[in-house]
Amino acid sequence: MAELHLDGQKVCEAREAAAAIVRQTVEELDDRSTVTVERTVLRLMGIDGINDAGVPLPNLVIEQLQEEGLLGQGASYWMGRACLSLGKSPQEVAELCAQGDFSFRQLEPVDAFQIRVWGEGEAEKSLKRILASRSRRDEYLKRFGDHGGPLLYVIVATGNIYEDIVQAKAAAKQGADVIAVIRTTGQSLLDYVPYGATTEGFGGTMATQENFRLMRKALDESGEELHRYIRLCNYCSGLCMPEIAVMGAFERLDVMLNDALYGILFRDINMQRTLIDQRFSRLINGVAGVIINTGEDNYLTTADAFEEAHTVLASQFINEQFALDAGMPEEQMGLGHAFEMDPELENAFLYEFAQAQMARQIFPHAPLKYMPPTKYMTGNIFRGHIQDALFNIITVISKQRIHLLGMLTEAIHTPFMSDRALSIENARYIARSLRDFGDDISFKPGGIMEERAAFVLDQALELLRNIQRDGLFRTLELGRFADIKRPLDGGKGLAGVFHKEENYLNPFHDLFMSAAEDNMQQTRAAREEQQGKAANWVAEEREIQTPAEGGCTK
Amino acid sequence: MSGGLYSMEKRDFSTELDLTKLKPYGDTMNDGKVQLSFTLPVADNPTSEEAAKQVLLSMGLKEPLITCHQALDKNFTFFVGYGQLEKTLDYTQIHVKAVEVDVLSMEETDQFIRTKLGRPIRVLGASTGTDAHTVGIDAIMNMKGYAGHYGLERYGMIEALNLGSQVPNEDFIRKALEYRADVLLVSQTVTQKNVHIQNITELIELLEAEGLREKFLVIIGGPRISHELAKELGCDAGFGPGSYADNVASYIVEELAKRKEAGLFSVGDLSKEQN
Repeated sequence: MAELHLDGQKVCEAREAAAAIVRQTVEELDDRSTVTVERTVLRLMGIDGINDAGVPLPNLVIEQLQEEGLLGQGASYWMGRACLSLGKSPQEVAELCAQGDFSFRQLEPVDAFQIRVWGEGEAEKSLKRILASRSRRDEYLKRFGDHGGPLLYVIVATGNIYEDIVQAKAAAKQGADVIAVIRTTGQSLLDYVPYGATTEGFGGTMATQENFRLMRKALDESGEELHRYIRLCNYCSGLCMPEIAVMGAFERLDVMLNDALYGILFRDINMQRTLIDQRFSRLINGVAGVIINTGEDNYLTTADAFEEAHTVLASQFINEQFALDAGMPEEQMGLGHAFEMDPELENAFLYEFAQAQMARQIFPHAPLKYMPPTKYMTGNIFRGHIQDALFNIITVISKQRIHLLGMLTEAIHTPFMSDRALSIENARYIARSLRDFGDDISFKPGGIMEERAAFVLDQALELLRNIQRDGLFRTLELGRFADIKRPLDGGKGLAGVFHKEENYLNPFHDLFMSAAEDNMQQTRAAREEQQGKAANWVAEEREIQTPAEGGCTK
Repeated sequence: MSGGLYSMEKRDFSTELDLTKLKPYGDTMNDGKVQLSFTLPVADNPTSEEAAKQVLLSMGLKEPLITCHQALDKNFTFFVGYGQLEKTLDYTQIHVKAVEVDVLSMEETDQFIRTKLGRPIRVLGASTGTDAHTVGIDAIMNMKGYAGHYGLERYGMIEALNLGSQVPNEDFIRKALEYRADVLLVSQTVTQKNVHIQNITELIELLEAEGLREKFLVIIGGPRISHELAKELGCDAGFGPGSYADNVASYIVEELAKRKEAGLFSVGDLSKEQN
């Protein structure tokens, strides 16, 4: 593959700055947990269902603990004490809670060690359930194989899960590899996860565990028919990140949007809340083998794509480090970027290509998510189709992995079935026609594209150094990303953050951390084996190293 | 598709433009040619192709031609078709309500505010209700603007505050009072099931219930917004696709100047820090 000359030393320094930023941030938040994290723990214990008023049982239990002033010890501790002293299952205890005449404070004391052992047992059970779901995916991929090119990613967004299924199956038949079910407008700001199959939504469909299950089943059926594994994507973003990560892990979602920075900037979610939530959600995603998608592309819908390209790169570096901190291997980091430059800009194609190629080289193992033009889609569907074609060309030659297909009717309506078919046709034509183009060219040394990549890298490095100096929180307060300012104690969901008490218990976190290490090791071993197999691959010649492969060579 | 590249058919219509009998234009005046594409929820076969032709006929199109039929799924077929519109319309009788205003440049607008209004004006914007899309409000308000038209934040004599997305109407009004806004700018992108209509109606009702409606110039915008719709919903103006910050700013200053003449605009001094 053709490579741009990049200054490996600068890449390395950028990575180190990002690692330092993430360390600072994580340390600052380490003594805190959130209501969502605790609800997630309950979901991992298998608690599900709603009360007569439609409130999910995990919410009822956590609210009860809050009212009794007990949440500081964690849901695991109190649920363990309740189950052991009453001889009941977590679901039964949650149902007691829902009936209303229940108090955790009045429970018989139980030996702390016994509670810990009980908690570890529950954690083992949930991990087993997640790994079983993961191995089903592995079996499918083994049986059907997996193509190496860009995965064609399309959205369905009817609001009705059953209508979504019709559209998703048609899209799979037309060649889509990943189906994303867009969430209903506003779900990211709900502090609970809705329940059951749903048929009403605005601009999308509720993310519920039952909807996940229905769509998974439908896509498995399509997969059997087509002899391809069809991946399913949904959102674990917003105020319920880790809870939805669990639902996705149980129901075998393959790709999930997951980005606290996006929530802070674009949904005005409190930064402390969402960064804590993100850490636990990425841990779960990692263990479940889910590829996360980060939201850097969105910066370019508000800020200018040419001027602000470095904020995308800086954020990718930070997201990489947040993911590593949660034990996630590079192979699961679908870092985001986008083709959003003004079509009126001369040489825009060269700049876009340079940036996409740069991202590919800097994050060589990451299944990068490349987003199509949206900002300059005007309703002129004919020009739009060409904009999408230029985007598709870059996707194919720079070997992006998750290829989010643009729709010629972007900015008009949620895609018609035919819009999706035309998009897939466009992408497949270009993928076929340019299949080996990327391997057959080289970049002009010191040309426009190399200069562009070097410039963006320089700016990203400078920005990362500034963030390292000021801290991530201060940077967000100053509005350095996407021109949006967010205060540390502002935004939605801050009330759900609490300080952990000394005897706080979360055995799920501890067990998943060690499972994540196993996952990291296995993934890297598989990577090395594959690299060993590739005849023309000489690892030593690569200038850019991932953090696992060694530090900066100064 | 077998029609050949060049039309050999005899023209039996006048090729003079007559605005009282307007027709679509393909390559000859008054040929009435239109192109369209659609999907039918049936299998791709000769029957569905005929059905597609009949769709065109039922729309009043003569000489229907289906140039492409392609299966999208077992029971869904996509068609591209062409036809000739028979009906004509009288262009001279069409009257559209649009915001009629001379568009001023940013500098001219600032100068207008200095001389005619005598103090900086405050504009509060948001994508309200459950709408999560900020692309519209950002294009109008943010410093950078859109397609070379600077946003309101860049105007010297406009204080612009963009609250972003998903702002509940109640919060929006509270903030408007706090900010002492002259103008409320509301962007609505999601229009599924007419959620934008409900949301704007609610905003106006809340303002009226609190006796605040006259206090603000209320302007809405979005891909499905027209000036006519805005007026129907009780707003002062509406801006649809293709509107930029300068269109909106020009309207605002002219309207505020009218209000000032009517004694409905509080005067102040020229410093921008007076808030």
